[in-house]
Amino acid sequence: MAGVLLSRTEKVFIIDGVKDEYRSDGRSTIDYRPMELETNVVSHASGSARLRLANTDILVGIKTEIDVPKPDKPALGKIDFFVDCSANATPEFEGRGGEQLANSISNMMQRAYQSPQAFDLKQLCIFEGKQCWKLYVDILILECGGNLCDAVSLAVKAALFNTKIPFVKAALMDGGNIDLQLSDDPYDSKLLDVGSAPLLVTLCKIGNKCVVDPTAEEEKCSSVSLIVGVTGNRKYYSDDDTEELPAFQPKCSAISMHGPGSITTTTLRNAINQGIIAAVCLDEALGKTVVRERRDIEKFKRHSYGFLK
Amino acid sequence: MTEHVSIRLASERVNHCVSSSNDTPRFYTPGEVISGMQDFMRGHGTYVEEDCLKSSVAGVMQKVNKLICVRPLKSRYVGEIGDVVVGRVLEVQQKRWKVETNSRLDSVLQLSSVNLPGGELRRRSAEDEQMMRKHLKEGDLISAEVQSVFTDGSLSLHTRSLKYGKLAQGVLVKVFPSLIKRRKNHFHNLPCGVSMIIGNNGFIWISPKPQGMMVDGNEDEIINYEMQPVDSTDREIIARLKNCIAALVASKMMLDDTSIMFAFEESLKYEEVKELLDPEAMLDIAFLTQHRLNNIMEE
Repeated sequence: MAGVLLSRTEKVFIIDGVKDEYRSDGRSTIDYRPMELETNVVSHASGSARLRLANTDILVGIKTEIDVPKPDKPALGKIDFFVDCSANATPEFEGRGGEQLANSISNMMQRAYQSPQAFDLKQLCIFEGKQCWKLYVDILILECGGNLCDAVSLAVKAALFNTKIPFVKAALMDGGNIDLQLSDDPYDSKLLDVGSAPLLVTLCKIGNKCVVDPTAEEEKCSSVSLIVGVTGNRKYYSDDDTEELPAFQPKCSAISMHGPGSITTTTLRNAINQGIIAAVCLDEALGKTVVRERRDIEKFKRHSYGFLK
Repeated sequence: MTEHVSIRLASERVNHCVSSSNDTPRFYTPGEVISGMQDFMRGHGTYVEEDCLKSSVAGVMQKVNKLICVRPLKSRYVGEIGDVVVGRVLEVQQKRWKVETNSRLDSVLQLSSVNLPGGELRRRSAEDEQMMRKHLKEGDLISAEVQSVFTDGSLSLHTRSLKYGKLAQGVLVKVFPSLIKRRKNHFHNLPCGVSMIIGNNGFIWISPKPQGMMVDGNEDEIINYEMQPVDSTDREIIARLKNCIAALVASKMMLDDTSIMFAFEESLKYEEVKELLDPEAMLDIAFLTQHRLNNIMEE
C-alpha cells in the first residue's frame, strides 16, 4: 500500500519463500506477528484503543453523539467510520495522498459492520423513531508496516469494547421534541455488546499461496489480496463463564478484493476458509487480552502507558 | 492447522534493557542543560541559550577537552569517506543514479564511478549512458563505498571494486546507523554459511553465499543464475539472523559480526525461528549475547 521499492531479485526471494511456506522472518503462511494493545488511551473519548503490530501503529477513538434514527430503520442506532492517514506514516499521505486508501478501509469497515449478526445496532436505540446514539469511530493510522485492515479492525473492536455510553436519567417530552438528561457520573454508564463485531483478515496472494499478516514488502509482491470480514464469538468477550451462549458459527459479513490480479475459484474458496480460521484465532486472542485488561482496571493494577515509554 | 496469534497489553511490555544500571551513560534530552557556559566549546548537537549549553538532540554527551558534543541515538546517516553503504536506486538520471542511503539527502552514483559490465576500462560513451537502466534500474539494491561528501552533506558513491555492485537475492534489514560498529571489514562470510554486508548507514544485507563467481558467461546466464530459488537451509539461517539482529536492536546493542554471530549461536536453542519474534525470547538472546561480550572484554 505504502510506497516500498523492491528489486526484482528481492521479489523472487519473497515469492520462493512463500512457495516453501517459509517467510523471511521464519513465519509460515498462517502466522501473525506479535501485537501490542492498550485501551483507554485517549481520556476525552468515550472509548479508545491503540494497537501496534510490528511497524503498523493504529489509534482509534470513539465519540458518541445523540442523533435521529433513519426513518426506514427507526429502532436502530448509527455507526460511522472515518479513517485518517497521518502524513507521519509515509510522506505519500501528505495532503490528499492517503484519501483513497482511507476511503477503501472505511468502506470495508462499514460493510463488515452492516450486518445485524455482526454488530447489533439495536443496543444504540434510545427512543424508537426519535433518538438514538451515533458512534463516530475515528481511526488514525500513525505508521504503516503492512496489514493495515486487520490491525484497524482489531483496534476498532478493542475500542468498542472499551466504549462507555452514559445512561439516560430522565426524558422530558415537549410536544414532539424529546429533551434527554444524561448522567454526569463517568461510572454510571453502560458498555456495548461487541462480542460479535467482525474482524477483517487480509489474505495476500503471493505466487499460488495466500499469506495472512503480510509485511509491506510482501504486499508489494502480491498482485491481488482478498479481505474477509468474519463475525466474532461472544464467548471470548464475556466476563463470567457461566453464561449460556448459543453454539457459535463464524460468518462472513463482507468480502472484497484489492489489486489488479485475479483468483481461481478453488484458491478463492481455500482463501476464505483460511481467513475464517485466522479470524477465529484473532478473535480469541483479542477477547482474552481485552477481558484481562478490564480485570486489571477493576483491581486498579493498571498504569497508563500511552506513547511515552 | 493452528494459527499463531499473540496480543499482549502495553502494561505487559518487556523491558529490553540489558546493561546493568552502573554502566548506562547519562542520557540527555533536547533542551536539557548540559553545563553553564564557562569556557566550554559548543559542538554538534548542542546550542547556547541564556548562558547555558543545552542539548538539541536526544543522546549521549561526548567530551573532548573543552569541546562538548551530543551524539544522537537515532538519526539519519551522516556519511564519511570510505564508509561501506548499502543503498537502493531511486532514480536513473543523466550520467548518474540517485541512491537512497538513509541519509538526509539522496546520494549520487556517477556513471563514471562504476565498473562497466565486462570489467574493461575504457571511456564511458553515449551508448553506456543509454544502457544505464540495463545496468541498474529503479529499486535495485547496491553495495558501494562513499567516495566524497558534497558541501550540503549529500554523498557521492563509487562501486569501482569487484566486491561492490548490485545485490541479488536476500533480505535487507534496516536499523539505526548509530548502532553499527565501525570495523575494518564490513563484508562477512559467516561460519553459518551465509554472507552479510553491514552497511555503515544502518542497512544490513543478508544473502546466501555465492557459489563460485560467475565472471565469464553472458548476461542471460547471470540473470538465470540470480533467479535460482534459495534452498531451505539457507533461508532458515537468513531468517534466524534477521530475527537475531532485530533482538539486538530492540535492546540497543552495537552490531558487528561478533555480536551478531554470538546472538545467532545463542538463538539456536530456540528450534523454530518464529519463536524469536516473541519479546521474551528477544530479550533472552540479547542478554546472553551481552554476557558473552562482557566475558570476552574481561579476557
